[in-house]
Amino acid sequence: MPKSAPTAKPAPAKAAKAAKAASVKTEPAASNGRARLAVRKTYKLYVGGAFPRSESGRTYLVDGDNVALASRKDARDAVVAARKAQPKWAGATAYNRGQVVYRVAEMVEARAAEFVALGVPAAEVDAAIDRLVWYAGWSDKIAQVVGNANPVAGPYFNLSSPEPTGVVGVVAPPSLLGLVSVVAPAIVTGNTVVVLAAGPQVAITLAEVLATSDVPGGVVNILTGRAAETAPWLASHDDVNALDLTGVTDPELAADLERTASGTLKRVLRSRGETDFTVDPGLHPMTALLETKTVWHPKGF
Amino acid sequence: MTATATSTANLRALLHGLPGVDKVGVEARAAALGTRSVKTTAKAKAIDLAIRMVDLTTLEGADTPGKVRALSAKALHPDPADPSCPSVAAVCVYPSMVPVAVPVLAGSGVHVASVATAFPSGQAPLDVKLADTRDAVALGADEIDMVISRGSFLAGDYAKVFDEIVAVKEACGDAHLKVILETGELGTYDNVRRASWLAMMAGADFIKTSTGKVPVAATLPVTLIMLEAVRDFRAQNGRQVGVKPAGGIRTTKDAIKYLVLINETVGDDWLDPDWFRFGASSLLNDLLMQRTKLTTGHYAGPDYFTLD
Repeated sequence: MPKSAPTAKPAPAKAAKAAKAASVKTEPAASNGRARLAVRKTYKLYVGGAFPRSESGRTYLVDGDNVALASRKDARDAVVAARKAQPKWAGATAYNRGQVVYRVAEMVEARAAEFVALGVPAAEVDAAIDRLVWYAGWSDKIAQVVGNANPVAGPYFNLSSPEPTGVVGVVAPPSLLGLVSVVAPAIVTGNTVVVLAAGPQVAITLAEVLATSDVPGGVVNILTGRAAETAPWLASHDDVNALDLTGVTDPELAADLERTASGTLKRVLRSRGETDFTVDPGLHPMTALLETKTVWHPKGF
Repeated sequence: MTATATSTANLRALLHGLPGVDKVGVEARAAALGTRSVKTTAKAKAIDLAIRMVDLTTLEGADTPGKVRALSAKALHPDPADPSCPSVAAVCVYPSMVPVAVPVLAGSGVHVASVATAFPSGQAPLDVKLADTRDAVALGADEIDMVISRGSFLAGDYAKVFDEIVAVKEACGDAHLKVILETGELGTYDNVRRASWLAMMAGADFIKTSTGKVPVAATLPVTLIMLEAVRDFRAQNGRQVGVKPAGGIRTTKDAIKYLVLINETVGDDWLDPDWFRFGASSLLNDLLMQRTKLTTGHYAGPDYFTLD
């Protein structure tokens, strides 16, 4: 696939950059009386708990900000990081995972102003925090709701319990609430995720929140760029166990990804029509990414 | 030169007369060669060559006959789903497991290598080491991986190390002898160069970096020095000696770096399983995953390959 050189940026973006450069924060005079130099930010990827640039070296402009443009090899590396983190995250107690997700909510709360500055409505930030807290609460309750002691004809206990499916590829919607609403249900049950984010600044700011919460590196990996370019590599990847297509808007691409994913018998989560993230999501976002393990255990000794 | 050099004084004069290694230079050269990008058809060839060079190794106290049989079967057909996938070069096991591997591999061209001589420390009396070697050969191993006495080498007792290698080589009979230098314990690059020459003069068919049992195993700079040593040794004595880095080589990317190193240092003559081997266990699965990626066009996962 063609690498877009930094020079080949679309003109509107260039104009936006120029506008931004012109309005460079002329900070109020520092203590010594001179204006500060602006510290410009590059939004990088979030893989394995670190913030690397794209291995391809590509960037693109979003609203005047430099953002890393992830390649298929970044997706590959992110899957390796997610796979490495998965057993330990799934092995943590449900109570602990709930605490960690709650901690994420705390940190979003602390950084709420940052999200608002990026243009996220304050009410949406609040809704995202509430959504995180809601999912945090589910972590040690989901097994009680979807697990079961099954009646069987014989001297056995027969127990079904939910288990995480593994590494989940997520094509995320652009809004903060949407992003939180696809990431939280996947990780709270013990999966690890590779997220293809649509709103890069918001997503990477969320990554900064995750990096300073207690979420272990590799549990959430966030790639920015064109989902249409990277998603097919996740869909065909043998080491990705499920695919959440909530953020795919092009029905043709969604169908393509679903077809590709069937090659490795992935679970695919695909919303019909536009998802309204403000309503109660129910259990489906969690249960769609769970497997059921059933154990027979003899009784009567 | 080999026949007359057996006193410690002679060996010392000779080994310490070797040019010193430029540490910064060798590390920079190895790092520079490690940045080469090998793609598409060249990569496919490199992967198949690397698979053919693997000494599939299991050297654990927990090795069972079942595990060794499974490993041997994997050595024959690394990717059962793809008959075009070549076999590996050899299976490397402890002497007690040689009789398990031999019947599986008989007649296949895959060699049976056995570590011997009180592997991995080498701290045992000479007669024990020789008996160990003879037993492994008698059980059917056609390649012997011996360890040198690092203690004697570091103490400067070169004649003792030299005589041990000569004695083990004799005990090997027709079996190929690989001499493990355990470069992670030798301390300096100069010592790696000296130990390489010492082993080659004593009759080694292969020189091997490491046992895989100490924290520092095969590295690119050490392998570069050993490749230079075998090149210079052949130029001087007309006898070609193989090289085997072992331990710590886990990815296809690593393996290809070694192949680039061979190509740039000693050339095509060593780009062959008869003259270069990888001592590894987890490397093979990564090679197979990369091979699958090239043939299917999508990324492969470890779930689709055997655990070993």
